[in-house]
Amino acid sequence: MITAGIDMGAKTIKVVILKDGEIIGKSIVIGGLDQKKSAEEAVEKAVAEAGITRDQIEKMVATGAGRGEVDFADSDITEVGADAKGAIKLYPSARTVIDVGAEEGRGIRIDSAGKVVDFSINEKCAAGAGSFTESMARALEVPLEELGPLSLKSTQEVPMNAQCAVFAESEVVTMVHNKIPKEDMARAVHDAIASRITSMVRKVGFEKDVVLIGGLAHNVGFVKSLEKDLETEVMIPEQPEFVGALGAAIAASGGA
Amino acid sequence: MAEAKYPTEKLKAWNRAKELRLMYYQNYAEAHDKGGLRYGGGAWTFDAVPAGLGEDVYPITSEPYSASIAFDKELSLECLEATEKAGYARDLCAYMRNYWGSILLDKYAFNYDADGNFKPRAAGGGETIGFPKADFLWQDHICCSHAKWYQVISELEGGIPMFCVDNAVGPASELTDSKIKYVVDQLNDGIQWLEKVTKRDYNDELLYKAIVNHFRSTSSWARICELNKTIPAPLDEKTMYSLYVFGTLHKASQYVADFYEKELLPEVEDRVKRGIAAVPNESVRVMSDTQPPWGFLKVFRYLEKYGCVSVGSLYTFGLVGQWEVKEDGTWGPKTIPVTDPNDFSSREEALTSYVRYELHKPEWQHFYHPKIKSDMMIRIAKEWKLDGIMLHYNRGCEGLSVGIAENRLALQDAGYPVMTFEGNMGDEREFDMARTMARIDAFMETLGVKTA
Repeated sequence: MITAGIDMGAKTIKVVILKDGEIIGKSIVIGGLDQKKSAEEAVEKAVAEAGITRDQIEKMVATGAGRGEVDFADSDITEVGADAKGAIKLYPSARTVIDVGAEEGRGIRIDSAGKVVDFSINEKCAAGAGSFTESMARALEVPLEELGPLSLKSTQEVPMNAQCAVFAESEVVTMVHNKIPKEDMARAVHDAIASRITSMVRKVGFEKDVVLIGGLAHNVGFVKSLEKDLETEVMIPEQPEFVGALGAAIAASGGA
Repeated sequence: MAEAKYPTEKLKAWNRAKELRLMYYQNYAEAHDKGGLRYGGGAWTFDAVPAGLGEDVYPITSEPYSASIAFDKELSLECLEATEKAGYARDLCAYMRNYWGSILLDKYAFNYDADGNFKPRAAGGGETIGFPKADFLWQDHICCSHAKWYQVISELEGGIPMFCVDNAVGPASELTDSKIKYVVDQLNDGIQWLEKVTKRDYNDELLYKAIVNHFRSTSSWARICELNKTIPAPLDEKTMYSLYVFGTLHKASQYVADFYEKELLPEVEDRVKRGIAAVPNESVRVMSDTQPPWGFLKVFRYLEKYGCVSVGSLYTFGLVGQWEVKEDGTWGPKTIPVTDPNDFSSREEALTSYVRYELHKPEWQHFYHPKIKSDMMIRIAKEWKLDGIMLHYNRGCEGLSVGIAENRLALQDAGYPVMTFEGNMGDEREFDMARTMARIDAFMETLGVKTA
C-alpha cells in the first residue's frame, strides 16, 4: 500500500511517501503565500523521488497548522497525533516526544503503543519556538545555521532573563553593549528556549526515552542546552523535520 | 459532524431569559425615572440586604455587566484602552477594566433603538447612552480585586458612598459561630449605613422575603445543574452561561427565584424525562473551569462537531448554586433552611441564617486551598460522568484562576485527561482562537473521537 503524509508547517511543507511502511520518497519546500500551490509542489517532488505516479498514492493524510489548506488530502490528523505516530515508528522505546518547529513547541507523552497520554503546547510566546532563534541570529548578525556551533564555543553561562522574544532582543542589545562574547550570547539564547521547552515538557511529566524532532533539532547548541536542562540525552532522527509527515503517512496507512 | 443519537429541541425558557436579562439592565438605567434607587455591587454581594430599602431599588452587578461588555468586542476594546490610558495596568482583572472603561467613556452597554426599544448596544441600538451612575455601592470582599474595584468606581464617579463586607472567613468546613457573627455584624452595620445614605427606613419584611428568594434561587439552580448528570445532558454549558447569570444579577429577587424554580427547573426536568439532549450527537462529556473567553463562545459550538458536550463546571454550578452532600454521598442542591419569610422572627435570626447558608458557596472555597476545589472538581468529573476536562488558564481573573495548575495535576492524578488553554474572559487580545481550536482538535484526538 502506498500512502502519503503532508505536514503543512508554519514555515515549510514536508511530504513523506510510504510503501508498505517504508519511506520511498520525501520532499520539503518553503510554504509560500499560496500554501495550496506549495503543497502541490511538495507532493510532486516527493512523487518524483519515489518514482511513482501521483495516482498510485492510495491515501493521503495532512497534518500541521495549515492542514486545512490541503483539500486534496483524504483526511487530517493533528500535529500532536502525527508526531506521536512518527516518533514511535522510529524509536519504539520513545515515551516523550519534543517537537520544536518554527511556530510552536510541543511536549507529548506517549505510551508504548504510541497513544498520546498528555501534551502541552507553548502559548502565544515565540520564545518557545524556532522562530526565536531566527530573530536572535539576526540580532547577533550570525547566519542561522552557525548559531548552534557558535554557542558550543561558549565558556560562560549568561542568563537571559526575558521571558519574551521581543524583550530578549532588547536584552541582547544590552549584552552587546556590555561586551559579552557572541558565543556566550548565542548560548544564552539556546538556554532560554531550552528552559521554556523543559518547563513545558515537565508539565506533561516526561519519561525516557526522549525524542527530539522538528527543525530546531538540527541546532546543536539548542540540543546541548536542552539535554542539560532535562538531565538526559535526547534521541534525534536523521531528518527530524520529517517526523510529523511520517506520522501522517502512517495514519494514512491505518497504522498506530 | 458525528451522527445524532438523541432528540433535541430549543429551550422554551430561552426567550424569557433574554427578556429578564434586558429588563434587569433597563430597570437599572431607568430607576431614577420611577423615583427608585440604583446601586452597584459584585455578583456575590449580599443583595438581599439592600432589598430591605424598598421594591424600587435596582442593582447592577459588575461581573455580568462586564461580561456583557466583553461580548461586545468593539465596546470592550474601547473600554480596555480607555482604562489603560487612564494608567491602570493591563494585567488587572479584565472585568474590572471593562467596567472602569464603561465609566471612563460614559458608555452603557445597552441603549435604545430608533423605536425606543431597549437593547444591548451590540444588537444595534441607537445613540449610546451614558453609564448610569449608582446612588451607592454595596460590595463584598473575598476576591483580591473586589473592594479595590469599587473604591476606584467611587472615585471615578465623584465619591459614591461605598460599603464593603469582608466575607473571607475561611472554608465552610471550618465555619464557626464567631465567623458567622463577624459577617452578620457587618451586615447589621451595613443596614444602618444604608438607611443613612439613602435616607430611607429599612423594612425587615422585605429583607426576609429577599433571603428566602436567595435560598430558592441558589438551591434551584443547583438542582438544574444536578439534572445534567443525565446522559444525554439536557443542557450544554454555552446555554447554561445565559441561565446561571440570573444568580449573579439579582439572586434575591422574586423574579429570579420564580424563573429558576417555576419555569426553568420544570422544563429541564421535562427534558430529562423525555430524553431531550442539548447536543444530539453527544458522545463525549467534558467540563470547563472559570469564566470562558466571552467574545469566543463559539468554542463550545466547535466541540459539538466532535459530539462533545461541556456539561458545566464548578464555575457554572457553584458560582451561585448551593450544594450539599446527600445521604447517598453525591452532590445535590442544598436544603433550604427557611421556606416561608414569616418564619423569621428577627433581623438577627434572618441574617444569621442567610450568612450561614451563603458561606458554603462552592466558588468561595478555593480561595483557601486549591485542594478544596480539586476535590469538588473530581466529584463533578465522577458524578457527571466526564471523559475529560478543559481548563481555561484565565489570565483575566486571578480570583477564579488561583490554584488552577494544582487542580490540573489533581484531576490527572484522579485519572482524567486534562487540556489547558490560555485566554482571558474579558480581554480578547489575550485569546488566540485558532490555537485554542487546534488544541481542542488534539485533545479530541486523544479522547478517541473524530468529527465524522
